[in-house]
Amino acid sequence: MSRLPRVLIWSSAAVVLFLYIPILVLIVLSFNDSHMGAVWKGFSLRWYDKLIHNPAFFEAMLNSVLIAAVSTGMSLIFGVGAAIGLEGNRGRLLPFINMGLVLPLVIPEILLGVALLMMFVLLQIPLGFVTIILGHSVFSLPLTIVMIRARLRKLDPTWEDAARDLGANSWDVLRHITLPLLKPAMVGAALLTFTVSLDDFVITFFVAGPGSTTLPLKVFSMIKTGVTPEINALSALLVLVSILGVGGSWFYQQRSGRVVTQSLS
Amino acid sequence: MFVVSWISRGPYGGLDWTWTGENYVRLLDSLVLGIFLKSFGYALGTTLVCGLLGFPLAYCIARSSKSWQQWLLILVMIPFWTNFLVRTYAWVLIFRADGVVNGFLKILGQDPISLLFTDFSVCVGLVYGYLPFMVLPLVSALERIPIQVEEAARDLFATRLEALWHVVVPLSRPGWVAGSVLVFIPSLGAFITPYLLGGGQSLMIGTLIQQEFLVARDWPFGAALSFGLMAVILMLWGWLGRKPEEQSMI
Repeated sequence: MSRLPRVLIWSSAAVVLFLYIPILVLIVLSFNDSHMGAVWKGFSLRWYDKLIHNPAFFEAMLNSVLIAAVSTGMSLIFGVGAAIGLEGNRGRLLPFINMGLVLPLVIPEILLGVALLMMFVLLQIPLGFVTIILGHSVFSLPLTIVMIRARLRKLDPTWEDAARDLGANSWDVLRHITLPLLKPAMVGAALLTFTVSLDDFVITFFVAGPGSTTLPLKVFSMIKTGVTPEINALSALLVLVSILGVGGSWFYQQRSGRVVTQSLS
Repeated sequence: MFVVSWISRGPYGGLDWTWTGENYVRLLDSLVLGIFLKSFGYALGTTLVCGLLGFPLAYCIARSSKSWQQWLLILVMIPFWTNFLVRTYAWVLIFRADGVVNGFLKILGQDPISLLFTDFSVCVGLVYGYLPFMVLPLVSALERIPIQVEEAARDLFATRLEALWHVVVPLSRPGWVAGSVLVFIPSLGAFITPYLLGGGQSLMIGTLIQQEFLVARDWPFGAALSFGLMAVILMLWGWLGRKPEEQSMI
């Protein structure tokens, strides 16, 4: 490997630093004993203590996990079905369907948020859990379909043909061949949609009703009512969750990648 | 499919069911146009700065050894997967009147400066928020360029930086296009960043739409605004979509 120019190395180091400074500040300040501001008054865990004794925090966390789980599950069921259906389809509508699938992933979230809000109000669906779950499906479902289709396209069709030659009907083929082969993509899609749903603020902000506060909404209302170190503690915990999430999915990929290559050799 | 019908349905949701073009005429109001232009400027600036900052990092990631590459990618992914709200809030802590920057200035004996709720803070927040969207497509585009191409340029007496500028930068075009789209569009419609870091002074389209819907309760006008933003984005998208090799990246 040729050596990289020093200018580039230093500038990328600076960019990485830029990416991490705010996160570090957040974590350091969450251990700060001071009530206000950035003045260091000694190490303390009291903001974490305050946080875990706050019932609203647990309620919001539970809501978030519940919503993410349901919308991920729904997207997985409908998404796998839709992806398999679309892959067999060569209709004239396909380009339009493809565009319709990518559109919710491309346009700014705020547009989806207001469009959903108007739709729910016009249809007179009360805002709450149902609307948040439906709202999250608007991005989870296309994400799942796109990821599953990418995997489907790489599958070797001879597997399915072989099963059919051995007398399997199309249901058997789906259950014993296609779905197991899709498993890595399904796990990946589920992880991704779960995380995105857990993190989503903008869409949730528009379609949430009373009593359905999610964790990001809670963070937002805490920020709006004033900067307290309790938010720092909560934010630091959320950073930790995302580090674990990225690390976890990376290890899963490493492991499943190895399993796949082993089974192929 | 039904997803699209939801979106297109939105803009016509009038509350008083008389049809009027008035809301669209109001889009042309100089104040509204100004906000549109300003958001456009912000988004453009964000895209440029992201490209400038993202390229060196993407190049280093693409050209480093396999084990380094994985660690560096994880390093970029972690902020990327951290809650956007949390990341923006971290900048509030830094920029606040009694925040980190002013804390340092105080130690140095300087007068405090006001950073929060300025155009500068909004721009920093936008760049910070969307930088990974630029780096990741660039890495995948740069990885596809064989190192031999660069070596060939060097053999022809190009300096390292000349080789980068004349060979690598043009060849990684698909990555630039994909990254720019992924940065430009969300920063055009950004809502959290101008809300938290811009305060009331720097309105962008995103915050204006939110205000029309949740504060002013003027839904038809909010819908017209949303539709205007959507039209701009679709035009951009259609314009880029003409080139198939770039579409595949997006």
